[in-house]
Amino acid sequence: MSELVPNQSRPAPAPIEHAHRRADHDPRIAKRVERQVATMFGASALLAILFVVAYVAIDPSVLIGLPVVGTTSALNIAMGLTMGGSILLIGTGAIHWAKKLMPDVEVVEERHEFKSSDEDKAALAETFAIGADESGFVKRPLIRRTLLGAMALFPIPLVVMLRDLGPDSIENRFHTMWRSGMRLLQDVTYEPIKAADIPIGNLINAVPEGMHELEEEDGNLNERAKSVIIVVRISPDKLVSQQGGTPDAPWDYNGVVAYSKVCTHVGCPISLYEQRTHHLLCPCHQSTFDLADSGRVVFGPAARRMPQLGITVDSEGYLVARGDFAEPVGPSFWERS
Amino acid sequence: MAQLAQFRRHRLAGLFVMILALAITAIAYTIISSSTDRVSAAVASETTVERGKALFAEGCSSCHGLQAEGTTDGPSLIGVGAASVDFQVSSGRMPMAGQGVQAMRKAPVYNEEEIAALAAYVASLAPGPAIPTDEELDTSTASLSEGNELFAVNCAQCHNFAGEGGALTQGKYAPNLMVATDRQVIEAMLTGPQNMPVFKTLSADQKKAILKYVQYLRTASNPGGADLGRIGPVTEGLFMWTAGFGLLIAFAIWIGVKAK
Repeated sequence: MSELVPNQSRPAPAPIEHAHRRADHDPRIAKRVERQVATMFGASALLAILFVVAYVAIDPSVLIGLPVVGTTSALNIAMGLTMGGSILLIGTGAIHWAKKLMPDVEVVEERHEFKSSDEDKAALAETFAIGADESGFVKRPLIRRTLLGAMALFPIPLVVMLRDLGPDSIENRFHTMWRSGMRLLQDVTYEPIKAADIPIGNLINAVPEGMHELEEEDGNLNERAKSVIIVVRISPDKLVSQQGGTPDAPWDYNGVVAYSKVCTHVGCPISLYEQRTHHLLCPCHQSTFDLADSGRVVFGPAARRMPQLGITVDSEGYLVARGDFAEPVGPSFWERS
Repeated sequence: MAQLAQFRRHRLAGLFVMILALAITAIAYTIISSSTDRVSAAVASETTVERGKALFAEGCSSCHGLQAEGTTDGPSLIGVGAASVDFQVSSGRMPMAGQGVQAMRKAPVYNEEEIAALAAYVASLAPGPAIPTDEELDTSTASLSEGNELFAVNCAQCHNFAGEGGALTQGKYAPNLMVATDRQVIEAMLTGPQNMPVFKTLSADQKKAILKYVQYLRTASNPGGADLGRIGPVTEGLFMWTAGFGLLIAFAIWIGVKAK
């Protein structure tokens, strides 16, 4: 076994000698560097002018094809290159100048003491005492106390205004605008949906009847955010379970089922429906729901199943709701049991 | 030989060998997979349906059954319609190269006339969606803005806002629409291939509007610069984290290096 022996043969590191730059002792090289720096600054000025020229001269609708980038706006490319180059050349010129021509003598600067001198501290204490005395802050307790009271109450209005960030009423979270007999309309076109037109595997993004007639002051965005649904038709023998309904009044209509479109995790609208697996996937955090089995969570961070909307058809054969959702839609919240 | 031995010690020799090995693997895979895809189809018959039946028996029945009734390896094709056959075969998804989570787009194995025969045969088994006519693909009067809205609500969730496609569960994915033909786009909405849902409740005009938007996306320019795959913050962020920060680091090193 060998023993560890301190290595005493290595000499202490020699101080590094200051190496002078070539421009320091060769005036021709210094002159060349000077020209290089001046060229960069000059080119920067030229590019700045070219930017203005490009802005005026190039039609914004002109497109050019570039390798890698593809077809893009000539004006954007020209403005980007000229302005970017102009700024970059000022920077590179300044650095080149500092590195090659400015003195590179090494300087040691000692740290000064952080503490103020005793005279300064005494002078400050004296000024403070005079100020406190002259203002009457100590002598006039009425002013002092009312001021402190005002300062204490001042933040309260700001805190109260935070209430506006919350919901109008917690009750709103438990209900949507769906009512019994309300027709399901296709989103965007607002056409009613004939149950007989829906083949197995079909997907429809739908909203409640009358939603598009709500105005913004009636809260149409909030209503839309809560009441959007997706409608799919699953082969009835593949439907394992549903969230409600009786054999006489099932929540599906011949395998057509309706579910909320709002993820129960953090509320992303989801309609990534895979017709063969009946799975509904949320692109935000990969929560996956099985629409053939009561909207059960099969994967991901969602803690609650996707709420189902009971549906049937009206006398004309159009899909209508059996009522509102039986449970709150969207993410969990504090008051929800 | 001595030169080769010297090259072996070159610092780039490892990289060279790796690239060579990758290239050989890629070429070998292409040759093998294309040779298994090819199905000889030299059967002639009197009517299109009969010809389709013969082609079907030869190229499709091993998975879909001799009467297209389906087996454990493939679904029944009774009632899927001509549109479904045309979509699957013209996009090269059928015949599949091998069983997997999803049939992938590749060069079609059959020519147009053979695809028409296969479609006619499957359509003769039971009624189903027909292949869209040229009139049904004519988007000259369709509304681009309506197409945009319909696409955003019905298609973008899986195929991405720019039609570039995206991931689904367990290795499945929504394909890129930029390489699909007009006919395939309409056929997909009619038939719901693989895990895509059917969009039968959208009217013919609404489907046309969606097609018009897809056509627009195919030729849309990128006024803001490189599209980076049009998949949003993932590639854009990756680009800035690598190229952008790389450039900043290079400048920082240049500023810090002592001048000679």
